[in-house]
Amino acid sequence: MKDHWMCGRCNKKLEQGKVQIRYLGKVFAIDVFKCPSCGMVMVTEEIAMGKIAEAEQLLEDK
Amino acid sequence: MDLRDLENRCIQEEAPTCTARCPIHVDVREFLKKAASGAWDEALHVLAIMMPLPGIVARICDHPCELVCKRMEAGDAIAVSEIERAAVKRGRITKRRSPLPQKRGRVAIVGSGLSSLTAAWDLAYKGYRITIFEAGDQLGGPLRGIPEGVLPLEIIEEEIGILTQIGVETKPATAMNGGEWLEAIITDFDAVYVGLEPGSPPDSGILSEGCMPADPLTLATSRAGLFVGGKGTKEAACSPIESVAEGRRAAVSIDRFLQKVSLVARREKEGPYETKLFTSLDHVTPQPEVRMKDPSGYSETEAMDEAKRCLQCECMECVKICPYLEHFESYPKRYVRQISADATMVMGSHGKTSKLVNSCSLCGLCTLVCPHELSMADVCMEGRRSLVRRNKMPPSAHAFALEDMGFSNSEKAALALHEPGKDQSQFVFFPGCQLAAIYPEHVLSAYTFLRNNLKDVGFMLRCCGVPGKWAARGDLFEEALRGMEEAWKSLGSPTIIMACPTCYQILKERLPQANMVTLWQILVDAPQSNQAKAVTRKLAIHDPCATRYEPDIQDAVRKIVTGLGYDIEELTLGRDRTECCGFGGLMSAANPSLARDVAKTRALRSETDYVTYCAMCRNALAATGKRVLYLLDLLFASETDAANRRAPGLSERRENRYRLKQRLLKELWGKQEGKLDDYEKITLYISPAVHKLMEERRILTEDVQKVIDHAEKSGMKLFNPDLVHWLASFKPAHVTYWVEYSPEGNGFMVHNTYCHRMEIVEETGA
Repeated sequence: MKDHWMCGRCNKKLEQGKVQIRYLGKVFAIDVFKCPSCGMVMVTEEIAMGKIAEAEQLLEDK
Repeated sequence: MDLRDLENRCIQEEAPTCTARCPIHVDVREFLKKAASGAWDEALHVLAIMMPLPGIVARICDHPCELVCKRMEAGDAIAVSEIERAAVKRGRITKRRSPLPQKRGRVAIVGSGLSSLTAAWDLAYKGYRITIFEAGDQLGGPLRGIPEGVLPLEIIEEEIGILTQIGVETKPATAMNGGEWLEAIITDFDAVYVGLEPGSPPDSGILSEGCMPADPLTLATSRAGLFVGGKGTKEAACSPIESVAEGRRAAVSIDRFLQKVSLVARREKEGPYETKLFTSLDHVTPQPEVRMKDPSGYSETEAMDEAKRCLQCECMECVKICPYLEHFESYPKRYVRQISADATMVMGSHGKTSKLVNSCSLCGLCTLVCPHELSMADVCMEGRRSLVRRNKMPPSAHAFALEDMGFSNSEKAALALHEPGKDQSQFVFFPGCQLAAIYPEHVLSAYTFLRNNLKDVGFMLRCCGVPGKWAARGDLFEEALRGMEEAWKSLGSPTIIMACPTCYQILKERLPQANMVTLWQILVDAPQSNQAKAVTRKLAIHDPCATRYEPDIQDAVRKIVTGLGYDIEELTLGRDRTECCGFGGLMSAANPSLARDVAKTRALRSETDYVTYCAMCRNALAATGKRVLYLLDLLFASETDAANRRAPGLSERRENRYRLKQRLLKELWGKQEGKLDDYEKITLYISPAVHKLMEERRILTEDVQKVIDHAEKSGMKLFNPDLVHWLASFKPAHVTYWVEYSPEGNGFMVHNTYCHRMEIVEETGA
């Protein structure tokens, strides 16, 4: 399982969750994986270069 | 700066000469475009937009447009009139517009020559109730005398029939008994037009002397509501289209009279006028008029071929030579309009034009080719300042370049010292940040050369601040300039020897008290090295856009190149017409794909190896695969084929600046190397694929080092047991970087890296 990521500190398997992100004064919630114990967030390449990049572009064009 | 003034300089929307000369401003260019493709119905519709009674007028127009046709400068004028005749034979007006809803106002038209019929036509379509009085038995008297082959009677009947259809009442065979009759008409109607075409009754006897002459602008007489035309101008007497124009002029006046608005305001462009449109005839092959086999008129293909000769006059001088202006698919007038609309929006303003204003290289070529010297650079800089003022400048556009400028002016890369062993400077060598970044070894060689040939040559490394200027960040620009001035003064204000053409422009303008000379002007007088490194004997010179108005520098460079024994090829767009490499104005920062296209276009201008004297131009052009030399390669390159040298990427360029400073300090001034930060000690293993990714995503080696340093120290990292990879993120300033890595030897293997500007707000709470 390539996508099987664990928290390096708590040694727990990451779980799906939401996190708030902010850009140019706007706040959104996005789906991410995070550590159930300490809350450390993983933003995947797919999300960073996909959804987030698109949202950045949209906000910049506004 | 007034954007409206700039907008007005663009003449692309001005009418072509044919339309401007046409008394009723028919869109001749569009008509010919339709005719060229054989779309006869559409061609007729174009005529009918401006032309009343198009079936009649198109057949008998005396075509003054042909007298001013631009085609005459490359062949004969387009035979517009013959093409019109061909069009009315072949096309049909399939849809006619409807008159506007009826308005209050009854208008009497006296006479039924062309001016009268036109006035009736125009006013009926405007919604007035019209009555035509004609002394003869039939309407259109003089028209009926035109040979049947030119104007068939059925066409006259058909078009007069249209007048009836749209509600015009006709009264032929009216007995007009002198002034009394007219007096009664004036009393009965709200306005009266008398058309006095020759041969068209009534004679002017019905008009009392007091009513004449009519005002040529409005055709109004001293009697309110009475308008007289048809003979008002000499031209009208023998020109059908002038008669038509008289009728139209009368219709405009009567409409205004009945609406109780000014008869005289804004009528300058009624009738023929001089257009401001410029059309270049460069690259236009002369072509003679298409001859007709049958003298009675063009065949369909003849007419189409003749219409194809139309130049479709337009300006587009700047768009033709600028890939940026072409890219946004319009022309400056529209661009300025968009930018100024965006800039003046107060509430809920949107930075929609940010891509447009940030993509210009500010190279100034458009200004040079524009007949009215419109500067898109000025427009775009005003647009950028507006975005910054309104806090709408997208951070992604310039943040990287500004941060890079900050680095160049930080302790890590900046330097200002007297020559080793000296305590004063008569000169100071200032290579500029990009030369230091791209050719650090040439900087050293050039400095050695200067020390051997001049006395007391200090050394200065930093950035002139132009990224701040280009990004419309006046604050950062001024800060960089202050730093520059302080560094220069700390050396005793010596003469500055400059290698970068952009730095030269900036300092010339902003540090005018300094003496300056370019490295090229020194090299031209110096004994030449003979270890020239080009593979070919002929080189094409790419002048950097910052030297557009610097013929002395351009000449010096050519002397150096020929002095070294090379033949020079001049590019078509060279010297003051040179093109940008795609870096100028931070184009490559704001619009990397367009910048690559611009560089490619420039690279394809000639197959000959280029030589240039801006390090950034060399890098941008070389990145397209073009063989390009930097001028100092011809003197100092150590490799055998310097034109083929790889263009260093972003990380390498930054590291080169840092290393150059360390190396200079150590080798020339015997000073200790600066202390390395922890992250800088981290060794990375980066595959070419990941390196490419980093370039595209503008991620520097030091960004990756910082992420790993932070992760390893804090333990804030994720682990994938299957891949045995770590994944961690760090946000040194405004961008969050992610790195997937694994330990490798004494350092780390980088498997992937990406970044985003969005900030994660909450990190805690499961």
